[in-house]
Amino acid sequence: MKENNNFAEGIRDGIPICLGYFSVAFAFGIFSVESGLSILQTLLISMTNVTSAGQLAGVPIIVAGGTLIELAVAQLVINLRYALMSVSLSQKLGYTVKLIDRFIISFVNTDEVFAVASGKKGTVGKKYLYGLILTPYIGWSMGTLLGAGAGNILPASVVSALGIAIYGMFVAIVMPEAKKSKATALCVLVAIMLSCCFRYIPALNTVPAGFTVIICAVAASALFAWLAPVPVEYEEVETDE
Amino acid sequence: MNNFAVYLLVMAGVTYLIRMLPMVLIKKKIRNRYVLSFLYYIPYAVLSVMTIPAIFYSTSDVISAIVGFLTALMLAYMKKSLLTVAAFSCIAVFAAELIIKII
Repeated sequence: MKENNNFAEGIRDGIPICLGYFSVAFAFGIFSVESGLSILQTLLISMTNVTSAGQLAGVPIIVAGGTLIELAVAQLVINLRYALMSVSLSQKLGYTVKLIDRFIISFVNTDEVFAVASGKKGTVGKKYLYGLILTPYIGWSMGTLLGAGAGNILPASVVSALGIAIYGMFVAIVMPEAKKSKATALCVLVAIMLSCCFRYIPALNTVPAGFTVIICAVAASALFAWLAPVPVEYEEVETDE
Repeated sequence: MNNFAVYLLVMAGVTYLIRMLPMVLIKKKIRNRYVLSFLYYIPYAVLSVMTIPAIFYSTSDVISAIVGFLTALMLAYMKKSLLTVAAFSCIAVFAAELIIKII
Protein backbone atom coordinates (compact mmCIF):
# COMPACT_ATOMS: atom_id res chain seq x y z
CA MET A 1 0.00 0.00 0.00
CA LYS A 2 1.20 3.49 -0.80
CA GLU A 3 2.54 5.55 2.09
CA ASN A 4 1.98 9.30 1.92
CA ASN A 5 5.12 10.75 3.45
CA ASN A 6 5.70 14.16 1.93
CA PHE A 7 6.08 17.07 4.34
CA ALA A 8 5.10 19.73 1.78
CA GLU A 9 1.98 17.81 0.86
CA GLY A 10 1.05 17.68 4.55
CA ILE A 11 1.53 21.42 4.88
CA ARG A 12 -0.63 21.97 1.80
CA ASP A 13 -3.42 19.74 3.09
CA GLY A 14 -3.20 21.57 6.42
CA ILE A 15 -3.92 24.99 4.92
CA PRO A 16 -7.71 24.67 4.70
CA ILE A 17 -7.72 23.38 8.26
CA CYS A 18 -5.58 26.33 9.30
CA LEU A 19 -8.00 28.71 7.60
CA GLY A 20 -11.01 27.19 9.36
CA TYR A 21 -9.21 27.04 12.69
CA PHE A 22 -8.15 30.62 12.50
CA SER A 23 -11.76 31.77 12.54
CA VAL A 24 -12.91 29.33 15.21
CA ALA A 25 -9.89 30.11 17.40
CA PHE A 26 -10.46 33.80 16.86
CA ALA A 27 -14.00 33.41 18.17
CA PHE A 28 -12.71 31.36 21.10
CA GLY A 29 -10.17 34.08 21.92
CA ILE A 30 -12.88 36.72 22.07
CA PHE A 31 -15.12 34.46 24.17
CA SER A 32 -12.41 33.51 26.64
CA VAL A 33 -11.23 37.06 27.32
CA GLU A 34 -14.80 38.30 27.63
CA SER A 35 -15.41 35.47 30.11
CA GLY A 36 -12.65 36.87 32.29
CA LEU A 37 -9.44 34.98 31.46
CA SER A 38 -6.28 36.83 30.51
CA ILE A 39 -4.82 36.80 27.00
CA LEU A 40 -1.96 34.59 28.16
CA GLN A 41 -4.29 32.11 29.89
CA THR A 42 -6.45 31.97 26.78
CA LEU A 43 -3.46 31.29 24.56
CA LEU A 44 -2.15 28.60 26.92
CA ILE A 45 -5.50 26.79 26.85
CA SER A 46 -5.47 26.74 23.05
CA MET A 47 -1.86 25.63 22.80
CA THR A 48 -2.28 22.76 25.25
CA ASN A 49 -5.78 21.54 24.32
CA VAL A 50 -6.24 22.13 20.59
CA THR A 51 -9.93 21.32 20.69
CA SER A 52 -12.71 23.80 20.02
CA ALA A 53 -15.71 22.30 21.78
CA GLY A 54 -13.74 21.17 24.82
CA GLN A 55 -12.21 24.60 25.29
CA LEU A 56 -15.53 26.39 24.89
CA ALA A 57 -16.98 24.16 27.59
CA GLY A 58 -13.94 24.42 29.83
CA VAL A 59 -13.60 28.19 30.09
CA PRO A 60 -16.94 28.83 31.87
CA ILE A 61 -16.12 26.08 34.39
CA ILE A 62 -12.72 27.64 35.12
CA VAL A 63 -14.12 31.15 35.37
CA ALA A 64 -16.93 30.02 37.67
CA GLY A 65 -14.40 28.27 39.90
CA GLY A 66 -15.91 24.85 39.22
CA THR A 67 -14.46 21.64 40.59
CA LEU A 68 -11.65 19.80 38.84
CA ILE A 69 -13.90 16.73 38.59
CA GLU A 70 -16.50 18.78 36.73
CA LEU A 71 -13.85 20.05 34.36
CA ALA A 72 -12.39 16.58 33.79
CA VAL A 73 -15.80 14.97 33.16
CA ALA A 74 -16.83 17.74 30.76
CA GLN A 75 -13.63 17.26 28.77
CA LEU A 76 -14.05 13.50 28.81
CA VAL A 77 -17.61 13.60 27.48
CA ILE A 78 -16.98 16.22 24.83
CA ASN A 79 -13.65 14.81 23.68
CA LEU A 80 -14.31 11.08 23.88
CA ARG A 81 -14.89 11.03 20.14
CA TYR A 82 -11.16 11.57 19.74
CA ALA A 83 -10.56 8.11 21.19
CA LEU A 84 -12.62 6.71 18.34
CA MET A 85 -10.63 8.78 15.85
CA SER A 86 -7.31 7.72 17.35
CA VAL A 87 -8.31 4.06 17.07
CA SER A 88 -9.25 4.62 13.44
CA LEU A 89 -6.13 6.64 12.66
CA SER A 90 -3.87 4.06 14.36
CA GLN A 91 -4.79 1.74 11.48
CA LYS A 92 -3.79 4.31 8.88
CA LEU A 93 -0.26 5.01 10.13
CA GLY A 94 2.63 3.93 7.91
CA TYR A 95 5.92 2.26 8.79
CA THR A 96 7.72 5.56 9.27
CA VAL A 97 5.55 6.49 12.26
CA LYS A 98 7.41 5.39 15.40
CA LEU A 99 6.23 5.32 19.01
CA ILE A 100 7.54 8.79 19.81
CA ASP A 101 5.71 10.14 16.75
CA ARG A 102 2.48 8.62 18.00
CA PHE A 103 2.89 10.56 21.26
CA ILE A 104 3.33 13.82 19.35
CA ILE A 105 0.86 13.36 16.50
CA SER A 106 -1.96 12.27 18.82
CA PHE A 107 -1.61 15.61 20.63
CA VAL A 108 -2.97 17.38 17.54
CA ASN A 109 -5.34 14.60 16.37
CA THR A 110 -8.26 16.97 15.94
CA ASP A 111 -11.48 16.30 14.03
CA GLU A 112 -10.06 17.97 10.96
CA VAL A 113 -6.58 16.47 11.03
CA PHE A 114 -8.16 13.07 11.49
CA ALA A 115 -10.58 13.75 8.66
CA VAL A 116 -7.91 14.75 6.19
CA ALA A 117 -5.57 11.91 7.15
CA SER A 118 -8.44 9.42 6.83
CA GLY A 119 -9.27 10.72 3.38
CA LYS A 120 -5.79 9.90 2.06
CA LYS A 121 -5.37 6.85 -0.13
CA GLY A 122 -3.01 4.33 1.45
CA THR A 123 -1.19 4.89 4.73
CA VAL A 124 0.07 8.18 6.15
CA GLY A 125 3.71 8.61 7.09
CA LYS A 126 5.55 10.63 9.69
CA LYS A 127 6.66 13.55 7.51
CA TYR A 128 3.22 13.97 5.99
CA LEU A 129 1.57 13.97 9.41
CA TYR A 130 4.00 16.50 10.89
CA GLY A 131 3.25 18.78 7.97
CA LEU A 132 -0.45 18.18 8.38
CA ILE A 133 -0.49 19.13 12.08
CA LEU A 134 1.89 22.09 11.81
CA THR A 135 -0.20 24.63 9.88
CA PRO A 136 -3.43 23.95 11.81
CA TYR A 137 -1.55 24.23 15.13
CA ILE A 138 -0.14 27.60 14.12
CA GLY A 139 -3.55 28.74 12.87
CA TRP A 140 -5.19 27.62 16.09
CA SER A 141 -2.65 29.40 18.31
CA MET A 142 -2.42 32.59 16.25
CA GLY A 143 -6.18 32.79 15.81
CA THR A 144 -6.65 32.52 19.57
CA LEU A 145 -4.00 35.14 20.27
CA LEU A 146 -5.47 37.61 17.80
CA GLY A 147 -9.04 36.98 18.93
CA ALA A 148 -8.05 37.41 22.57
CA GLY A 149 -5.86 40.45 21.92
CA ALA A 150 -7.75 42.27 19.19
CA GLY A 151 -11.18 40.66 18.92
CA ASN A 152 -12.75 43.56 17.09
CA ILE A 153 -10.14 43.73 14.35
CA LEU A 154 -12.23 41.74 11.82
CA PRO A 155 -15.67 42.91 10.70
CA ALA A 156 -18.55 40.72 11.94
CA SER A 157 -19.45 39.74 8.37
CA VAL A 158 -16.02 38.21 7.81
CA VAL A 159 -16.10 36.29 11.11
CA SER A 160 -19.54 34.98 10.18
CA ALA A 161 -18.39 33.85 6.73
CA LEU A 162 -15.31 32.12 8.15
CA GLY A 163 -17.58 30.19 10.52
CA ILE A 164 -18.58 27.79 7.76
CA ALA A 165 -15.01 26.97 6.61
CA ILE A 166 -14.56 23.87 8.76
CA TYR A 167 -17.90 22.43 7.73
CA GLY A 168 -17.23 23.13 4.07
CA MET A 169 -14.09 21.07 4.46
CA PHE A 170 -16.00 18.21 6.06
CA VAL A 171 -18.40 18.19 3.13
CA ALA A 172 -15.42 18.06 0.77
CA ILE A 173 -14.10 14.97 2.55
CA VAL A 174 -17.36 13.03 2.82
CA MET A 175 -18.89 13.79 -0.57
CA PRO A 176 -16.38 12.09 -2.93
CA GLU A 177 -16.51 8.86 -0.92
CA ALA A 178 -20.31 8.95 -0.68
CA LYS A 179 -20.44 9.47 -4.43
CA LYS A 180 -18.21 6.46 -5.00
CA SER A 181 -19.85 4.00 -2.59
CA LYS A 182 -23.58 3.63 -2.15
CA ALA A 183 -23.12 1.98 1.26
CA THR A 184 -21.11 4.98 2.49
CA ALA A 185 -23.76 7.36 1.18
CA LEU A 186 -26.48 5.44 3.02
CA CYS A 187 -24.37 5.27 6.18
CA VAL A 188 -23.90 9.03 6.02
CA LEU A 189 -27.65 9.57 5.57
CA VAL A 190 -28.45 7.38 8.57
CA ALA A 191 -25.85 9.23 10.65
CA ILE A 192 -27.35 12.58 9.62
CA MET A 193 -30.88 11.42 10.46
CA LEU A 194 -29.76 10.30 13.91
CA SER A 195 -27.87 13.55 14.41
CA CYS A 196 -30.99 15.57 13.55
CA CYS A 197 -33.08 13.46 15.94
CA PHE A 198 -30.67 14.30 18.76
CA ARG A 199 -30.84 17.95 17.86
CA TYR A 200 -34.57 18.44 17.44
CA ILE A 201 -36.45 15.79 19.42
CA PRO A 202 -37.24 17.25 22.86
CA ALA A 203 -35.99 14.50 25.23
CA LEU A 204 -33.03 13.56 23.03
CA ASN A 205 -31.71 17.09 22.65
CA THR A 206 -30.69 17.17 26.29
CA VAL A 207 -27.96 14.60 25.57
CA PRO A 208 -24.56 16.37 25.67
CA ALA A 209 -23.16 17.06 22.18
CA GLY A 210 -20.05 15.00 22.88
CA PHE A 211 -22.15 11.90 23.48
CA THR A 212 -24.39 12.61 20.50
CA VAL A 213 -21.48 12.43 18.08
CA ILE A 214 -20.36 9.11 19.51
CA ILE A 215 -23.82 7.53 19.68
CA CYS A 216 -24.84 8.53 16.15
CA ALA A 217 -21.53 7.70 14.48
CA VAL A 218 -21.10 4.37 16.25
CA ALA A 219 -24.69 3.32 15.55
CA ALA A 220 -24.52 4.16 11.84
CA SER A 221 -21.06 2.63 11.37
CA ALA A 222 -21.88 -0.53 13.30
CA LEU A 223 -25.06 -0.97 11.26
CA PHE A 224 -23.27 -0.62 7.94
CA ALA A 225 -20.28 -2.70 8.99
CA TRP A 226 -22.85 -5.46 9.49
CA LEU A 227 -24.99 -4.73 6.40
CA ALA A 228 -22.20 -3.89 3.97
CA PRO A 229 -18.78 -5.05 5.20
CA VAL A 230 -15.91 -3.69 3.15
CA PRO A 231 -13.58 -6.06 1.30
CA VAL A 232 -10.52 -6.83 3.40
CA GLU A 233 -7.18 -6.07 1.83
CA TYR A 234 -4.71 -8.84 2.52
CA GLU A 235 -1.34 -7.20 2.80
CA GLU A 236 1.89 -8.71 3.91
CA VAL A 237 2.27 -9.15 7.67
CA GLU A 238 3.86 -6.06 9.15
CA THR A 239 6.67 -5.74 11.61
CA ASP A 240 5.75 -2.48 13.20
CA GLU A 241 7.10 -3.17 16.67
CA MET B 1 -11.24 29.68 41.84
CA ASN B 2 -8.49 27.07 41.99
CA ASN B 3 -5.07 27.82 40.63
CA PHE B 4 -5.30 28.34 36.86
CA ALA B 5 -2.32 26.07 36.26
CA VAL B 6 -4.14 23.16 37.92
CA TYR B 7 -7.23 23.72 35.77
CA LEU B 8 -5.04 23.88 32.68
CA LEU B 9 -3.26 20.68 33.61
CA VAL B 10 -6.48 18.73 34.19
CA MET B 11 -8.13 20.05 31.04
CA ALA B 12 -5.16 19.44 28.76
CA GLY B 13 -4.30 16.15 30.48
CA VAL B 14 -7.74 14.59 30.01
CA THR B 15 -7.91 15.73 26.39
CA TYR B 16 -4.44 14.42 25.61
CA LEU B 17 -4.93 11.03 27.26
CA ILE B 18 -8.12 10.45 25.26
CA ARG B 19 -6.23 11.07 22.04
CA MET B 20 -2.92 9.53 22.94
CA LEU B 21 -3.80 6.20 24.59
CA PRO B 22 -5.58 4.53 21.64
CA MET B 23 -2.93 5.65 19.18
CA VAL B 24 -0.04 4.48 21.32
CA LEU B 25 -1.63 1.26 22.55
CA ILE B 26 -3.07 -0.02 19.27
CA LYS B 27 -0.04 -0.78 17.17
CA LYS B 28 -1.17 -4.00 15.51
CA LYS B 29 -3.11 -3.93 12.30
CA ILE B 30 -6.66 -5.05 13.01
CA ARG B 31 -7.68 -8.01 10.83
CA ASN B 32 -11.27 -8.61 11.91
CA ARG B 33 -13.48 -7.81 8.92
CA TYR B 34 -16.34 -6.39 10.98
CA VAL B 35 -14.03 -4.10 12.96
CA LEU B 36 -12.25 -2.99 9.77
CA SER B 37 -15.58 -2.18 8.14
CA PHE B 38 -16.67 -0.30 11.24
CA LEU B 39 -13.46 1.74 11.18
CA TYR B 40 -13.91 2.40 7.47
CA TYR B 41 -17.35 3.96 8.05
CA ILE B 42 -16.46 5.84 11.25
CA PRO B 43 -14.76 8.92 9.75
CA TYR B 44 -17.59 9.61 7.32
CA ALA B 45 -20.24 9.03 9.97
CA VAL B 46 -18.46 11.23 12.54
CA LEU B 47 -17.98 14.09 10.07
CA SER B 48 -21.57 13.90 8.86
CA VAL B 49 -22.92 13.98 12.40
CA MET B 50 -20.73 16.94 13.24
CA THR B 51 -21.69 18.81 10.07
CA ILE B 52 -25.45 18.38 10.01
CA PRO B 53 -27.31 20.18 11.43
CA ALA B 54 -24.48 22.26 13.00
CA ILE B 55 -23.48 23.82 9.66
CA PHE B 56 -26.82 25.64 9.48
CA TYR B 57 -25.96 27.52 12.68
CA SER B 58 -22.32 28.18 11.84
CA THR B 59 -22.88 31.66 10.39
CA SER B 60 -24.93 34.64 11.59
CA ASP B 61 -27.89 33.68 9.39
CA VAL B 62 -29.46 30.30 8.53
CA ILE B 63 -30.10 31.40 4.93
CA SER B 64 -26.49 32.34 4.30
CA ALA B 65 -25.44 29.05 5.90
CA ILE B 66 -27.72 27.13 3.51
CA VAL B 67 -26.19 28.99 0.57
CA GLY B 68 -22.72 28.11 1.85
CA PHE B 69 -23.71 24.49 2.40
CA LEU B 70 -25.14 24.11 -1.11
CA THR B 71 -22.00 25.69 -2.55
CA ALA B 72 -19.88 23.19 -0.62
CA LEU B 73 -22.04 20.26 -1.74
CA MET B 74 -21.80 21.28 -5.37
CA LEU B 75 -18.05 21.85 -5.39
CA ALA B 76 -17.40 18.68 -3.38
CA TYR B 77 -19.51 16.73 -5.87
CA MET B 78 -17.23 18.09 -8.58
CA LYS B 79 -14.31 16.75 -6.51
CA LYS B 80 -12.71 20.14 -5.87
CA SER B 81 -9.93 20.31 -3.27
CA LEU B 82 -10.60 20.90 0.43
CA LEU B 83 -9.22 24.41 0.23
CA THR B 84 -11.37 25.30 -2.79
CA VAL B 85 -14.53 23.95 -1.20
CA ALA B 86 -13.86 25.63 2.15
CA ALA B 87 -12.88 28.97 0.62
CA PHE B 88 -15.80 29.17 -1.80
CA SER B 89 -18.35 28.25 0.85
CA CYS B 90 -16.99 31.17 2.92
CA ILE B 91 -17.23 33.49 -0.07
CA ALA B 92 -20.77 32.28 -0.79
CA VAL B 93 -21.79 33.01 2.81
CA PHE B 94 -20.21 36.44 2.66
CA ALA B 95 -21.99 37.25 -0.63
CA ALA B 96 -25.30 35.88 0.61
CA GLU B 97 -25.18 38.01 3.75
CA LEU B 98 -24.30 41.07 1.70
CA ILE B 99 -27.32 40.45 -0.53
CA ILE B 100 -29.58 39.78 2.47
CA LYS B 101 -28.50 43.10 3.97
CA ILE B 102 -29.25 45.00 0.74
CA ILE B 103 -32.69 43.39 0.38
